[in-house]
Amino acid sequence: MNEKQELTEREETKPVPATAVRPPVDVVEDESGITLSADLPGLAKDRLQVRVDGDTLMVEGEASLDVPAGTEPVYAEVPPLIVYRRSFTLSRELDGTKVGASLKDGVLTLRIPKTEAAKPRRIDVNVG
Amino acid sequence: MYESLLRFPGDILGEFERLQREMEQVFGGVGRPVSIRALGRGAFPAITIGNRPDAIEVWALAPGIDPSKLEISIDRGLLTIAGERSADVPAETDKVNVYAKERFAGVFKRVISLPEDADPARVAAQYRDGVLRVTANRREEAKPRRIEVQ
Repeated sequence: MNEKQELTEREETKPVPATAVRPPVDVVEDESGITLSADLPGLAKDRLQVRVDGDTLMVEGEASLDVPAGTEPVYAEVPPLIVYRRSFTLSRELDGTKVGASLKDGVLTLRIPKTEAAKPRRIDVNVG
Repeated sequence: MYESLLRFPGDILGEFERLQREMEQVFGGVGRPVSIRALGRGAFPAITIGNRPDAIEVWALAPGIDPSKLEISIDRGLLTIAGERSADVPAETDKVNVYAKERFAGVFKRVISLPEDADPARVAAQYRDGVLRVTANRREEAKPRRIEVQ
């Protein structure tokens, strides 16, 4: 395993409904923390749940297409009700208590800062 | 056709889910032939289509797109949804590490064949929560009508 890997995906242990979708994500780390973006189309803000429990970060939500009564299905690459679920394990240098989240146009952006102690520091070499 | 007589009214969502499961099998290589323009799973944006007596509804799951940059056009019964989603993942440097890059980035285009009675002059599109919904109304004369017995 890559030593740099600070955010590892966790195997799902709970039973998952057949329609649960694992949203695609981008994960980028810089000096001060990790930014995670996830595609969650159709998900309204009030149906989104982002939870940090111990070292587990869980993203979950239920999206629905607005299907009017009397509609007959013709073609469906996605069902009209989508359950999104994906969880990650945070390593201890990440501060799970300060996760920032925003949801815009079906894209969730999470910012997980590093704890102060884990931020890189330049160490001066004393010549003496 | 006869199957619809037995269907419980109101179970639209279940019907869509059944169709979606069937399609997974179809794209897995078995089952009935599909539209020549169907790209199958993994295409961006993913599409679902529904029929109503007065309109055809198309949902395209296209999160994170500026709706003003979506190009939606109808030409000879073909609905085209095109656009571009820029990559917001920065390049890797010695201070930036990219661990996952699963989200779609780049130019996309999907073409959907509309039924003959779709009226190209009466098409509406709205974008909400990353889902584009295109409603193509049917021509008046094509709508089902109740015929009174004299």
